[in-house]
Amino acid sequence: MGWLTGMLTAGLETMRDVLPIAAIIFGFQLFVIRKPIANVRRVLVGFAYVLLGLTLFIEGLERALFPLGRLMAQQLTDPAFIFGGIEQAAAAVHWWDYYWVYLFAFAIGFSTTAAEPSLLAVAIKANQVSAGAIGIRGLRIAVALGVAIGIALGSYRIVTGYPLHWFIIVGYVVVVIQTWYAPRLIIPLAYDSGGVTTSTVTVPLVAALGLGLAETVPGRSALIDGFGLIAFASLFPIMTVMAYAQLSQYIARRHRRRRRKTSQE
Amino acid sequence: MSGSFRDLLPIIAVIGFFQLVVLQQPIPNLFDLLFGTLLVVLGLTFFVHGLELGLFPIGEAMARAFASKGSLFWLLAFAFALGFGTTVAEPALIAVANEAAEVAAGAGMVAREEAAMARYAIGLRLTVAVSVGLAIVIGVFRILKGWPIQYFIIAGYLLVVAMTMVAPRSIIGIAYDSGGVTTSTITVPLVTALGVGLAGSIKGRNPMVDGFGLIAFASLTPMIFVMAFGIVVH
Repeated sequence: MGWLTGMLTAGLETMRDVLPIAAIIFGFQLFVIRKPIANVRRVLVGFAYVLLGLTLFIEGLERALFPLGRLMAQQLTDPAFIFGGIEQAAAAVHWWDYYWVYLFAFAIGFSTTAAEPSLLAVAIKANQVSAGAIGIRGLRIAVALGVAIGIALGSYRIVTGYPLHWFIIVGYVVVVIQTWYAPRLIIPLAYDSGGVTTSTVTVPLVAALGLGLAETVPGRSALIDGFGLIAFASLFPIMTVMAYAQLSQYIARRHRRRRRKTSQE
Repeated sequence: MSGSFRDLLPIIAVIGFFQLVVLQQPIPNLFDLLFGTLLVVLGLTFFVHGLELGLFPIGEAMARAFASKGSLFWLLAFAFALGFGTTVAEPALIAVANEAAEVAAGAGMVAREEAAMARYAIGLRLTVAVSVGLAIVIGVFRILKGWPIQYFIIAGYLLVVAMTMVAPRSIIGIAYDSGGVTTSTITVPLVTALGVGLAGSIKGRNPMVDGFGLIAFASLTPMIFVMAFGIVVH
């Protein structure tokens, strides 16, 4: 019974997400473009699949992974776990005491991003457009690695309490420098990958982690310091995707050079 | 189906490892966990299928239709409506806006009463939605002109940094986060297909270089606008 009502709620929520989009699309199609949609039945079936898919997806996460993930974020940031039950003076918190939190942040950032549906969508499109030059798997791993680094570093920032904007500004400088050297084809995709990483799967778990940290680390306020993890998670994939492209370009070049060498001999 | 399952394995491995090895606690509700995982796998499979059948084709078909119609006004109007309409009702944004109202009330910037906080949250939501609408408009215009994206992004970064210097401290975290939460799972494929379709139907544009980048704009402008909102409100 609980399953059914949960599923229904998830379905209604997804519907509320899809409706404005459908209204805009069909409104413009009817009143501005004024041409019938090609394969309209196929498109409608596609919309129904997306609706059904997201409903099952969200309900499954809500049932299985989110409660456990949230609970773990709480337990890992709990001072009783961190200091092993020893009473600790508030002033003596060392950032390294939270190593399990950083590891968890990295692992959960990587694994949730790898399963993020919107990232999968962009990877599929990029693979089609580049005629296979950009691998779906490679792109997703590059982005997931970026989110993992971002969230781990963001957790470190919450523990230490350094100002958020210094990290972000340094990140911007790195992105701008990388832009000069990265292959031209990858740049727009890399910029896009910052925005696609944080949706259905990542945000709820990451938010729980940030909130748990900001609530339990002495001297932090949940309202001020709890924010910022998502900003980290949308900045670092830009760097890792450009690095991925630079790396594959470098390997391809070396490969070619070596082949030329062997053919000369 | 097996692909979707493989996508999910890392999450299961991470949660299993931390629960059993690090926290040393049993996994509660094993049945719920397994059944939920099955639902997630099924959901992802349907979603990808639906993308190929519905969202990608309609996004690209509309891009082509607008390109052949040749009306810049309607194309930009569509771009704005898509950005604004999909963002204003986004659940993640609603959650962030409500938290932001809490922060503002805590810092004494708005009165700690329900009406004032609700007004603040709605103001913030509309600000973000307008900024995403504008982002898609600017991004579509860039595709039409074929201008390189990096100049826009670098200019945007400079603006973000400049605004950070003058914006009230308590809004900075919210502003930075708002860039990431705006683009939902349905918006992303649609906007991507729109960009790629546009670049593909205009002569001399490369879908790879010109088609991507709309989402980048949509995650940059909210930061600037939310900080501007913070400056205006206080």
